[in-house]
Amino acid sequence: MDPIRESLLKVSHQAKLERRGRLLGLFCISLIVLVVAAIFYFVASHGLATFYHDKINLWDFLTKQAWNPGTKDSHGVPAVGALPMIVGSFLVTIFAALVATPFAIGAAIFMTEISPRRGMQILKPVTELLVGIPSVVYGFIGLTVVVPVIRQLFGGTGFGILAGTFVLFVMILPTVTSMSVDALQAVPRYYREASLALGATRWQTIYKVVLRSATPGLLTAIVFGMARAFGEALAVQMVIGNAALMPHNLVSPASTLTSILTMGIGNTIMGSLENNALWSLALILLLMSLVFNLLIRLIGRKGAMKS
Amino acid sequence: MNVKQQDKLATGVLYTIASLIILVLASLLAFILIQGLPRVTWHFLTTPARSFEAGGGIGIQLFNSFYLLVLAMLISVPLSLGAGIYLSEYAKKNWLTSLIRTSIEILSSLPSVVVGLFGFLIFVIQFKFGFSILSGALVLTVFNLPLLTRNVEESLASISSMQREAGLALGLSRWETVTRIIVPEALPGITTGMILGAGRVFGEAAALIYTAGQSAPALDFTNWNPFYIASPLNPLRPAETLAVHIWKINSEGIMPDAVAVSAGASAVLIIAVLLFNLSARWFGQHLYQKMTSSGKKGA
Repeated sequence: MDPIRESLLKVSHQAKLERRGRLLGLFCISLIVLVVAAIFYFVASHGLATFYHDKINLWDFLTKQAWNPGTKDSHGVPAVGALPMIVGSFLVTIFAALVATPFAIGAAIFMTEISPRRGMQILKPVTELLVGIPSVVYGFIGLTVVVPVIRQLFGGTGFGILAGTFVLFVMILPTVTSMSVDALQAVPRYYREASLALGATRWQTIYKVVLRSATPGLLTAIVFGMARAFGEALAVQMVIGNAALMPHNLVSPASTLTSILTMGIGNTIMGSLENNALWSLALILLLMSLVFNLLIRLIGRKGAMKS
Repeated sequence: MNVKQQDKLATGVLYTIASLIILVLASLLAFILIQGLPRVTWHFLTTPARSFEAGGGIGIQLFNSFYLLVLAMLISVPLSLGAGIYLSEYAKKNWLTSLIRTSIEILSSLPSVVVGLFGFLIFVIQFKFGFSILSGALVLTVFNLPLLTRNVEESLASISSMQREAGLALGLSRWETVTRIIVPEALPGITTGMILGAGRVFGEAAALIYTAGQSAPALDFTNWNPFYIASPLNPLRPAETLAVHIWKINSEGIMPDAVAVSAGASAVLIIAVLLFNLSARWFGQHLYQKMTSSGKKGA
């Protein structure tokens, strides 16, 4: 065979490199997908064992108020009612989002519409820095500042939903703010110019034009903040009091899914009911993060259709 | 009230909100730094922690944090590079790719406790690594991979397609084009993302409580053989990190000077995060000048 023909028919060095590189990339990406699948499989298999293996009624699990998996109630059924934790988690998440939203959107409007120069110079770096502050630091501040202040003002121990709300509010504020800024900046400049040219004041422009066209982005920012608040563990665990009781008011010790999980998982034996019940809590967390994900997608799709 | 007055009022309210936020955030930083910085001495940074008496330091925890960070980044950087390159350069637009993207998105939004519990189940129990640095590093990899991958993908996607065409026109394979032309040009963005990811890993605690453990056994800083049990480099020893330490001493409450120690440790954490942030910016720009022909003359 002549050398030219041979070199044309042989697989070139480049082609080999190409194949190897492609395989390498494929390997990395499959690893990630595999990990996601494994997380779902393991959390679900342990979390569902409460219902299949230990025969706990799903409805009872979600609605009963007594959480003490080691003991049994008068009917001989273990006391695994997760309602206090579910309510606690939702309450702190919703309250934190309610408090954070006006602040975050206000700050975002300030940065994009009112005083972009000062906003970008001072507010933006500060929020970016705060996104990176570890959650234990927020928890520590909550424990040493927020809880004593609440104790002074309202009596009791100071631990509870209110303290958790406050800590989460400060925690999600930077995230929601910087995402809101992105949403507002995405509004085309000519929207504002058209509105101002019609004689609208700056506030009218912001309220009637800018905010409305940025609504999907702002909603995404809020849902994202809520997802973060719902899954936050240690900062909340440090200030909420960790009593698996229905919260009677905002300053009585309560608990969230994450706080009971972090407290309990090390003290239970693998495969026991106590342990499985905790995994069921983890499963609820997992499903809720899926719900938040879905919400963000729905909002994105709706927003995309309008423009 | 007419519209002009409304406008004034709204502007006033917005100014108040903005200054309130700055006030809250500034007092937060000031509180930590004022409470913490006086504690941060060389002695504090190098002595081991004490459980039942005052005067302990954070030496071992600080070392653990950095060692864990290095290990986690060693595993996650190559993986995320490979995955990011695949997604941006090779993946076709079909249902499989969108499934991959969805799963990465889901992984990035999972609560870190859930990731930590998964790590506990897999690495600590199934693989029998025990509470160890190795388990911790693997969990941090899982925790960090989706964000790093997305960052790599976005950085690569922002490079103009002319560069790819030029590479292919010169007879390079696609892989060579990516590794020799596209990645170097995207390096500033990739590095910035990696450093920010490192900052996130440095402060993570929830994922580590049940993987890297909550105890910091004494280390022998004279023996660096990785197989020796008290060696600082041994990847199979339990390793409480700085963030976990803050959580633990506050929720246990047996250390008499827990508040002071956590304030000091928090200050160290915040300064570290600040340094990560600043160096991400500086390093990105520096690399950009070095790797491409822009900027400095004769480079």
